Amino acid sequence: MPMDWIWGLIGGLLIGSGGAVYLLMNGRIMGASGIIGGLVDGSGRATKWERLIFLAGVAGIPVMLTALFGKIDTHVTDNIGVLIAAGLLVGIGTRIANGCTSGHGVCGMSRLSLRGFAATIFYILAGGLGVVLFRHILGVI
Amino acid sequence: MQLLFAFIAGGLFGAGLFTSGMTDTTKVQGWLDVFGNWDPTLAFVMGGAMVPMAIAWIIAEKRKSSVLGTPLPPNPSTTIDRNLALGSVMFGLGWGLAGLCPGPVIASLSYGGSSLWIFLIAMLSGMLVAPHLRLRLDRQLPAE
Repeated sequence: MPMDWIWGLIGGLLIGSGGAVYLLMNGRIMGASGIIGGLVDGSGRATKWERLIFLAGVAGIPVMLTALFGKIDTHVTDNIGVLIAAGLLVGIGTRIANGCTSGHGVCGMSRLSLRGFAATIFYILAGGLGVVLFRHILGVI
Repeated sequence: MQLLFAFIAGGLFGAGLFTSGMTDTTKVQGWLDVFGNWDPTLAFVMGGAMVPMAIAWIIAEKRKSSVLGTPLPPNPSTTIDRNLALGSVMFGLGWGLAGLCPGPVIASLSYGGSSLWIFLIAMLSGMLVAPHLRLRLDRQLPAE
């Protein structure tokens, strides 16, 4: 849709504001994989409750927004094999690389971190190649 | 107080993921699919998010601690090692395959149906084994 980019920009500003609050108030980097991963393996500086309550905000506010504006169709696949393979790759990959789109992308690149830029280039190139491979060559998605 | 601001930060993050359309997997895959019907939305989301974040980093640099008195993150490392590259490539492949990354998965749990929960369980399992894989990798094939 032609208006999508405006919503993207507004949503982006909200995401960045969340990151700014987490950094300036709590002294933390807002990286989704790090916040979730720390709950799983106990790494990092934030406390368990800080992580859980952050995630409750991430999951909870959209509940309110869907009640007001209706649900978004996620168009997510129902192919269980694809879901499991993708989930494992995302889980292992983000923890080995120490970050995902929010940590390395939004928070890393905005402080001109070399690792943030490098990680972002790697995951975008791999994601692009992945879509070409899985969609156009193998036809699984 | 830290918990209150953790909720506010998470809430803004969730609201942003919802508003931007990033919980719609076709928008993510559409952005990655340069040979298909390319969707530029993700670039606007990333660009929009980096503006307040960059301002926050500039403010943080002038401060000794956070507003609530907790330590600020240390300066980022500048080494691009094997783990950063390998992990990011794995993450990118999974991201392209399902159109999902960790933030949007959490944001859309309430409306994405059972597929989101299957992905979440697989992702958490991956996060559980990752430290062991990383240790084994570093032992057998040192990064340097």
